[in-house]
Amino acid sequence: MVFTKKMINAQLSLNSKLFDADIETASVRGGFGEGLIQAGEADQRVVVLCADLKESTRVQAFAEKFPERFVEVGVAEQNMVTIAAGMAAAGKIPFAASYAVFSPGRNWEQIRTTICYNNQPVKIIGSHTGVTVGPDGATHQALEDIALMRVLPNMTVLSPVDAIEARKMAVAVAKYPGPCYVRLPRVDCPVITSEQTPFEIGKAQIYFDGKDATIIATGEMVRTALLAAKELEENKISVRVINVSTIKPLDQQTILQAAEETGAIVTVEDHQAAGGLGSAVAELVSQQFPVPVKILGVEDKFGESGQPGELLQKYNLTGEEIARAVTGVLRLKNK
Amino acid sequence: MMPFSVQQIDDLKARAGRVRRNIISMLAEAGSGHTAGSLGAADILVALYFNVLKHDAQNPGWPERDRFVLSNGHICPALYAVMAEAGYLSPDELSTLRKLGSRLQGHPHREKLPGLETTSGPLGCGLSQAAGMALAGKMDQKNWRVVCLMSDGEQEEGNTWEAVMFAGKNKLDNLTALIDHNNIQIDGFVEEVMPLEPLKLKYEAFNWNVLETDGHDFKQIISAFETVAQVREKPTVIIAKTIPGKGVSFMENDPRWHGRVPSKEEDERAMEELAGKI
Repeated sequence: MVFTKKMINAQLSLNSKLFDADIETASVRGGFGEGLIQAGEADQRVVVLCADLKESTRVQAFAEKFPERFVEVGVAEQNMVTIAAGMAAAGKIPFAASYAVFSPGRNWEQIRTTICYNNQPVKIIGSHTGVTVGPDGATHQALEDIALMRVLPNMTVLSPVDAIEARKMAVAVAKYPGPCYVRLPRVDCPVITSEQTPFEIGKAQIYFDGKDATIIATGEMVRTALLAAKELEENKISVRVINVSTIKPLDQQTILQAAEETGAIVTVEDHQAAGGLGSAVAELVSQQFPVPVKILGVEDKFGESGQPGELLQKYNLTGEEIARAVTGVLRLKNK
Repeated sequence: MMPFSVQQIDDLKARAGRVRRNIISMLAEAGSGHTAGSLGAADILVALYFNVLKHDAQNPGWPERDRFVLSNGHICPALYAVMAEAGYLSPDELSTLRKLGSRLQGHPHREKLPGLETTSGPLGCGLSQAAGMALAGKMDQKNWRVVCLMSDGEQEEGNTWEAVMFAGKNKLDNLTALIDHNNIQIDGFVEEVMPLEPLKLKYEAFNWNVLETDGHDFKQIISAFETVAQVREKPTVIIAKTIPGKGVSFMENDPRWHGRVPSKEEDERAMEELAGKI
């Protein structure tokens, strides 16, 4: 236990209850919504558009605080992002919020042409990502959003780890030039960071240090990765855990350093295994410092209705699977 | 907008003639592109840039300028030719259309050429961007106006009607849409591919003010914009009837000229016809 504490990155002021069962949880969407208000207070150019989901996407608070800067477009996601592109062209910093399956799902080409190619600073907020959306089922569980946004030139892709980081992210995104996509899970997530934890777009953070292998995770999977690392450490396997909240541009230095220093990588995300964080890591590592990589994600399937915990179990996004994957890459590394 | 006289109409006609000849030369040189729509929209664009819009070719980013959004980006040869006529670029540059390294992309790209407000080509996205600009202008109490040119074919896009609904709801009287109603699209005549009529009634039902004009009659186009300036609390659409391929007899009203360019021989015949009309 003493050893575990020592491996936590003390510079990041993470929650002292990181490994405790009673760690507090909070709404990541709610955190982002609070950040939007801060961004709106700091900059008059910030406007928010929503496609009939202002409560679910937690932009309601902004709408109440700044009604003159809130634009309801109705159930029309293609319109939402193109209006946002027009507003950006006229000097605004628009945030456009909906469920990720609809935005960036339904309106991908509009985002490609009028936001990315046009290079306008529109911020796409896609909530309800991953199988953890739960009972609504596969139609509302966005598992492809990272892949869709990651391939677009000019686009920055973000995925906060908890409510506090989401709040800081909203403020940072408003100041960041160019188009951004932020994915937000529906589930409440353990609060891993604190007010003091630094946040910077483009920086991955080592939460937990180790030397035998690295687990690279994003969003709600980071806590699961941390618990798996602790479990592995008790079995004398020392694992580094990195939170990647900027999936594009990837923090190449931190990831390549992990490849070099630990020699084996497991990635975890509540997203399709194809095209997401794992693909981004594999693209980098395979070309610049090849080491064994195992990508954990949803394996070319749609989700289904169920409770978030049941679904994570069913789609193999658990601590046990992560631990199994780590022993798998270690076997390859030591061959 | 300027009051117009016979002299001014003659000036606009002369400019439109030069623009049409440039369109033919550009497309013949490029070897691909959209001829019929470009020729058909030439008069509308000349009227906009030389009478209707407040703009400054020497200062394309002038904050108080009117915003012109070309939604049907495939007719950009007409826009580039008009912008050259207005001084945004040298007429010599027109021959670079669609070539590697050119600022004149096959479909317009905002970041390439100062003066372009948006990147366009994929249909149905212009009106909503124009509506976004108009809404932002209203938020900031700006006096500049937004004009969006669309094709009739892109009235088939769902995104267009989402924008129509939105502009009606938000009473965007600083937004004017222009429909280049030439009745051709790639697969044939619009009224056969997907009938739009009654188009006027459709827009009226969405709380728009609707005007109809002849898209080749400068007086009518300019008068329509004078009317628009008086309209409050509603966006306006001007449905402009145009002749695709206008000015070249063998191109007029023929859907085959939507997406092809003249051969060397056709280029010469077209230039002769256009020269005779000045």
